[in-house]
Amino acid sequence: MEKLLEILDELHPDVDFETEEHLIDNKILDSFDIVTIVAEIDAEYDVAIPAEELIPENFNSAKALYALVEKLMDE
Amino acid sequence: MQITSFGFLLFAALLLAVYYLIPKRAQWALLLAASYCFYLWAGIEYLGFILLTTLSTYAATMAMAARQEKQEKFLAENKATISREERKAYKASVKRANRVYLIICLVLNFGILAVCKALLIEPFKTAASAGTFSFLSLGLPLGISFYMFQSMGYAVDVYRQTVKPERNPFKLALFVSFFPQLIQGPISKFGQLAPQLYSPKKFDGKQLSFGLQRMLWGYFKKLVIADRIAAAVFALRGPEYTGVAFFVLTVFYAIQIYGDFTGGIDIAVGLAQALGIKLPENFIRPYFSKNIAEYWRRWHISLGEWMKDYIFYPISVSQPMLKLSKAARKRMGNFGKRLPVYVASVATWLVTGIWHGLTPNFIVWGMLNCFFIVLSEECSGLYEKFHGRFHLKEKKWYGGFEILRMFILMNLIRIVDLFPRVGDYFARMGSLFTTFNFRILWDGTMLQLGLSALDYIILAGGIVLIFTVSLIQEKKGSVRELLWQKNPVLRYALIFALLVIVLLMGSYGFGYDASGFIYNAF
Repeated sequence: MEKLLEILDELHPDVDFETEEHLIDNKILDSFDIVTIVAEIDAEYDVAIPAEELIPENFNSAKALYALVEKLMDE
Repeated sequence: MQITSFGFLLFAALLLAVYYLIPKRAQWALLLAASYCFYLWAGIEYLGFILLTTLSTYAATMAMAARQEKQEKFLAENKATISREERKAYKASVKRANRVYLIICLVLNFGILAVCKALLIEPFKTAASAGTFSFLSLGLPLGISFYMFQSMGYAVDVYRQTVKPERNPFKLALFVSFFPQLIQGPISKFGQLAPQLYSPKKFDGKQLSFGLQRMLWGYFKKLVIADRIAAAVFALRGPEYTGVAFFVLTVFYAIQIYGDFTGGIDIAVGLAQALGIKLPENFIRPYFSKNIAEYWRRWHISLGEWMKDYIFYPISVSQPMLKLSKAARKRMGNFGKRLPVYVASVATWLVTGIWHGLTPNFIVWGMLNCFFIVLSEECSGLYEKFHGRFHLKEKKWYGGFEILRMFILMNLIRIVDLFPRVGDYFARMGSLFTTFNFRILWDGTMLQLGLSALDYIILAGGIVLIFTVSLIQEKKGSVRELLWQKNPVLRYALIFALLVIVLLMGSYGFGYDASGFIYNAF
């Protein structure tokens, strides 16, 4: 989780990713950010997030995103 | 049947009456019948196209669903005996097999779309009209770009297993052909629209009233504003109008396309709302945007979402792109990190351009948009420093300046729509810096464009009204909701006044081509 928070913080240092739960709904992350995050996660965790998982529910909070990474690692 | 025609209004009124009188379980079947009536009214020769899309989508999604079900069954039965790797390999093989069905469906449908679009341009156009392609020489089948994108989005969703496939072919036919959105969208997603189409609807007076109000607002934008200014937009395309006259053209076209497209969408969304169905919003006051990325989040939203979900994301997170990202990062640092996003952006804007038409000007239009999006992304750090240094973001006038800057930039990009010969567009753009003919604004030229002084007064009044309504929506939310809380006498007086304005001041073909919608041609 900490590595993930680092990735997110680097992208938007002004956002508190531990508490924010509407990253997409509040338009904090745009599609460019999402693709950057997917590439970073691929480099860091060796997990490829497929296009069909790029939906608001998976990216609205760091927690949800981490749950997705864990689910994909498990598969 | 033109949706601005009296016949259409009669059709809609009849449908609404029957819709709320028949048993609720039959409502969706009535919508299907109405949609096909509407489609047949446009021309029986187009029927084959929409049927082919419906049937091929149905066949492909059913074939994929059968394999997916088999997979579920197999995995459930052998849960205890197979390893994780075997499970993964089995799933991958099913996906590979389903990919074949999906690709056949996509190639067939987009192939038809490409042929239809190609027949609109030379040299295919001449060949088609000479009868070489006889049955295809019909022009673009009604709404083909819209219903096809909607159907193909659904096929991909079934492949991805993000929606449950529809087993009833007639229900799927309704999803493909739902008539309010057939002409120019919005392009809906299956998961969002389909459950609404099939569910029973109780009569709701407020929704019906809101829907009809929104339709009226749409007719106002289309008939009073867009169709009025259309004459001047047509005239100003002439080669003699350069410099300031070209700048005026860009502003007039912005007004026309806004009235035409958002007006048409208001009619579609309003009619659907009267039927108890919520279509996605296609616009959120786009001309109030402060940067190009924001503009594209607020203009033609449903097409942007489609492109993002089915073109931009799949390309940018594909294995080759992730590899490129890793390699580029090592060599080019931060720019390398963003490189895959930019490659995917170019591809997405290319497709978006082609979607509008196969002439070179639409490719240029797509590439110009892409260029400015990438440029503003690359300069964002610089901008932030600049804004911070002068505390510009806290100043109200600066927000206004950003909106005006974006309005002018988008107008200059959008106008390339009107110049199939790209050279003409660049020549006009050049004239902005060489021809300072401001006098055309007061020497009577403006009155020779097919618009009288009265037309200009009506346009100015209409634009002030739209601007005021947009400002209220931006600050306080739905205007219809605000009116709902007011005295009903005031509410109905305002609605009646708008109706009178549309009836008296709408352009009903007096020297205008009040018929088609611009986006119906895409």
